[in-house]
Amino acid sequence: MSETATETGARTAGETAFSMTGGKVTLDRRPILRGVDLTVRPGEVVAVMGTNGSGKSTLVRALLGLIPLSGGQTLLYGRPPARFRDWWRIGYVPQRLQVGGGVPATVREVVASGRIARQRRLRRTNAADRAAVADALEAVGLTARAGDPVQHLSGGQQQRVLIARALAGRPDTYVMDEPTAGVDAETQRLLADTLATLVMQGRTIVLVAHELGPLEPLITRGVVVRDGLITHDGAPPRPEGECARPGHEHVHPHAPDEPGTAEILGRGAGAGPLNWQGEA
Amino acid sequence: MIELLRAPFFQLALVAALLVGLCAPAVGTFIVQRRLSLLGDGIGHVALTGVALGFLTNTEPVLTAVVVSVAGAVAIELVRARGRTSGDVALALLFYGGIAGGVMLMGIAPGGSNAKLNSYLFGAIASVTIQDIWVIGALAVAVIAVVVVFGRELFVLCQDEEMARASGLPVRFLSLVIAITAALTVVIAMRVVGLLLVSALMVIPVATSQQLTRGFRATMALAMTIGVVVAVGGLLASTLSPRVPPGAAIVLLALGGFVLALGVGRFVRRGRVREPGVHEPTPVREAA
Repeated sequence: MSETATETGARTAGETAFSMTGGKVTLDRRPILRGVDLTVRPGEVVAVMGTNGSGKSTLVRALLGLIPLSGGQTLLYGRPPARFRDWWRIGYVPQRLQVGGGVPATVREVVASGRIARQRRLRRTNAADRAAVADALEAVGLTARAGDPVQHLSGGQQQRVLIARALAGRPDTYVMDEPTAGVDAETQRLLADTLATLVMQGRTIVLVAHELGPLEPLITRGVVVRDGLITHDGAPPRPEGECARPGHEHVHPHAPDEPGTAEILGRGAGAGPLNWQGEA
Repeated sequence: MIELLRAPFFQLALVAALLVGLCAPAVGTFIVQRRLSLLGDGIGHVALTGVALGFLTNTEPVLTAVVVSVAGAVAIELVRARGRTSGDVALALLFYGGIAGGVMLMGIAPGGSNAKLNSYLFGAIASVTIQDIWVIGALAVAVIAVVVVFGRELFVLCQDEEMARASGLPVRFLSLVIAITAALTVVIAMRVVGLLLVSALMVIPVATSQQLTRGFRATMALAMTIGVVVAVGGLLASTLSPRVPPGAAIVLLALGGFVLALGVGRFVRRGRVREPGVHEPTPVREAA
């Protein structure tokens, strides 16, 4: 991974990865975010949680400038999205793989497109690009399927392609929109392993989830969004007892729909009763 | 046949067919991926007004068609980018305006006639002049240059616009690049297959190719090959009898190829699924 060292810019002390103040988003005259303050510092691993329709997905997309704010402001490494230039620092993992109008694309082609922010126009694909793509495919266990059309993959495998695409760009900061939604247990575990590696490398991660599953021990901060406002920002939801021991290598023993999570969160921040149930 | 190949008008027609066969599917691959298959039709309608303007003002119709269709393409892209539901209607209005305006202007133009109008609507490859070839050649170079220079970015844009934004790509600029390139392709193709069938050469070779390929690059390469084969093949077919219109022959040949590929593709794919071990997940790293 000598590549990583040369490809990652030096970090300025005290800089913020994301900084939103009073962020408001209105879509079709409906307020989705109603004044959100959120600052994410380099190295943090933030889980943005909330029920469907709470605005959590809108929040992370607004952080990236993908959805324009109707009020307040948001900064990416200290700059408004429109004036941000170092997009290679950001690896975005959208909720679903878009396959466009049906023209096939191979797994390798899609993963290689994650290099785009590092490949200036007319710059030919070089050995570093190819190595990054090969590493990313390896990390998500899709090397053997590199030549297959992404359209032929299962949902979980497509999710891995999206993660590999972000990995291929070797960014500082990952923004993942529900990377665990609707994926099989094996992919969840693989995602947890991949994230653990990124956390060890000191990468910043902001991920949207409504259940953390095996990602839980990696999270350093939990942000709960409800009705377009942040109702909890602080300690991540932690299971109690044996599992909460510091340094405990966590293999999640609970069922995915752990009822305790909401309670713990609510108690931690006095955010009132949270209902995580009744979601798709 | 050899004699025909020596005839200057046929040589020009052959060059035109080659350039169209190469360019239209190249741009078409991006357009199909972007779910804009009918963009070419829209621009084709608008281009008719451009052609008629040429006759009215006594300038080269190919040049006025370039100007008007580029303007039309930019207008279409601006409407599309706003993403309003009323955009659909706005586009329809633009298309009707293009055809009606073209027919009207052609009617009042001093040199205009129904025969001329038809030659642009349905193509008249045999009447391609050396001037036409210069313009078509220059446009073809521009189109291929765009694909080479912006191809990688256009791939990301057409695959997932939001991803393109999150990668810092100039989405608005690239969208205009696609629209303008499509407009240039329409003008290249209008002499060969006619404005009403222009879009067929952008879409059918791509639809055919994607039945047989696994990747984006491969689809584009095969589509360009198919484009050249059907354009030249259709032209040759039209030499069999003066009653065979080349434009229609090219498009029907392309459609025939599509039906064939549909059958072959199904067969090939069934074979692939049976390959053992393809769906077995690769081993996962256990510890980080």
